Amino acid sequence: MSTTHQLSPVAKLEQKTVHDLILKGRRLDERTPLDYRPLTITLGVVEKANGSAQVHLGKTKILAGVKVETGNPFEDTPNEGILTVNAEFVPLAAPTFEAGPPDEDSIELARVVDRGIRESKAIDLAKLCIEPGKKVFVVFVDIYVLDHDGNLIDAAAMAALGALITAKIQAWDVKNGEVVYKDEKIPLPMLNYPVPITSVKVDGTVVVDPSLEEEQVMSCRLTVTTDKNDNVCAMQKGGLGVFTPEEIKQIVSSSIGRSRDLRERILSNVK
Amino acid sequence: MGKNKETRLIDESGLRVDGRRIDELRPVRLEVGLLDKADGSAYIEHGKNKILAGVYGPREAHPKHIALADRAVIRCRYHMAPFSTDERKSPAPSRRELELSKVIREALEPSIMSEYFPRASIDIFIEVLQADAGTRCAGITAASLALADAGIPLRELVAGCAAGKVDGKVVLDLSDIEDKKGDADLPVAFMPKSNVIGLLQMDGSLTEDEFKQALDMAVNACRQICDMQREALRKKYHVEKEETEPTEVAEVQA
Repeated sequence: MSTTHQLSPVAKLEQKTVHDLILKGRRLDERTPLDYRPLTITLGVVEKANGSAQVHLGKTKILAGVKVETGNPFEDTPNEGILTVNAEFVPLAAPTFEAGPPDEDSIELARVVDRGIRESKAIDLAKLCIEPGKKVFVVFVDIYVLDHDGNLIDAAAMAALGALITAKIQAWDVKNGEVVYKDEKIPLPMLNYPVPITSVKVDGTVVVDPSLEEEQVMSCRLTVTTDKNDNVCAMQKGGLGVFTPEEIKQIVSSSIGRSRDLRERILSNVK
Repeated sequence: MGKNKETRLIDESGLRVDGRRIDELRPVRLEVGLLDKADGSAYIEHGKNKILAGVYGPREAHPKHIALADRAVIRCRYHMAPFSTDERKSPAPSRRELELSKVIREALEPSIMSEYFPRASIDIFIEVLQADAGTRCAGITAASLALADAGIPLRELVAGCAAGKVDGKVVLDLSDIEDKKGDADLPVAFMPKSNVIGLLQMDGSLTEDEFKQALDMAVNACRQICDMQREALRKKYHVEKEETEPTEVAEVQA
């Protein structure tokens, strides 16, 4: 059952400091409300994975790995490959993370990243069909949170995107009804590049790219994922607070441009 | 959400598969206080959705370590019955149900005056008996009524409704076929008096203008649904008052 979280005593003490700063348009790490933290993406960090990427967003560190295997297609999509996104809150990443089955936060993270990739049709799943109704490629995206300093959704989605862009799969051919794998490797068929931007409301002020301290004292959070055509393809509100419709429209407007900038930076890394 | 251009979901006169206009809600029926054991309960039929919500509490938080010193903990479970969908759904909670339980709780919590009940828990159970797109929104509408029925102090009722995009047009309150074949879905939960949104999710593809249009449409529908919620509460609680008053007066006179 989904249960109200306990706010840590430290976060309660920090609440006033964060609020006081926000009122002056400042933040704990000296950013202004609309500053994104420094972002670095390292591609291909795990050789055994088909694709991988590590994202550092401020002090948040996330590693995403892509493994591609073959499997049976779903009955309702016999001609399409399968995308699966999973997120692990590795216990070494934060004192609050515990080993065990995924909790609602890691499920939410994985599902928001999944929605961005799926709804923007980032991967051309139709090209991942080997034998219609029998055999397709299954793309596993596994998100590893290594160091939690806030805004896991953006960092995870960008790591996942980086890993997908660099992923290579075995080329194949169908000869006389038999599947023959070739020696060469080909990239995953990518059609789109979704990038999410997360903002939180702290004491009535909207700030982008929250740090962990800000997330702990936030009233609510809004993630807006946009694709390469500036269309919104996924959204998720979180937290116990509320937004007015006007605040939401404002956040959507400002997220589109920022998402465009980050997308260019990620793609320039690849070429 | 796969596009399917073979079937047209909106005809030449602008009517949808089920005959609705693009900004028209499906029929909504609400009933309050129909369960005996639950402290509060409500039932909603929204299109073909049939959903029961039950509330227990405020009651002692169990297990004890979940209790909060300065407010009640809110617990929420959204669950779909195995027979509620076309194909049987395993009764074990899916990842989707776990995520929805979380976002529904986050939509309802801002309406509950939980600060009045420290160390207690308020438990919300939503059972989808039949699913027909928009279950999270209909579930919120019912759960908010069940909270009111339980006598839990609320800042305001919460109503839920989705908007989306079908055949290139922004439409209100998607039905099952529109959800499966449409281009976008935008579930919203809204509190009209405070003009605030507690739940917002989106999947599909919308331009910025389409998004704004869809959001306004969903918010307006939530206002309509909120009127129906108030009517449902009045229906239950007005009748009882009228029945008891005359007898009391008679006793005083005697």
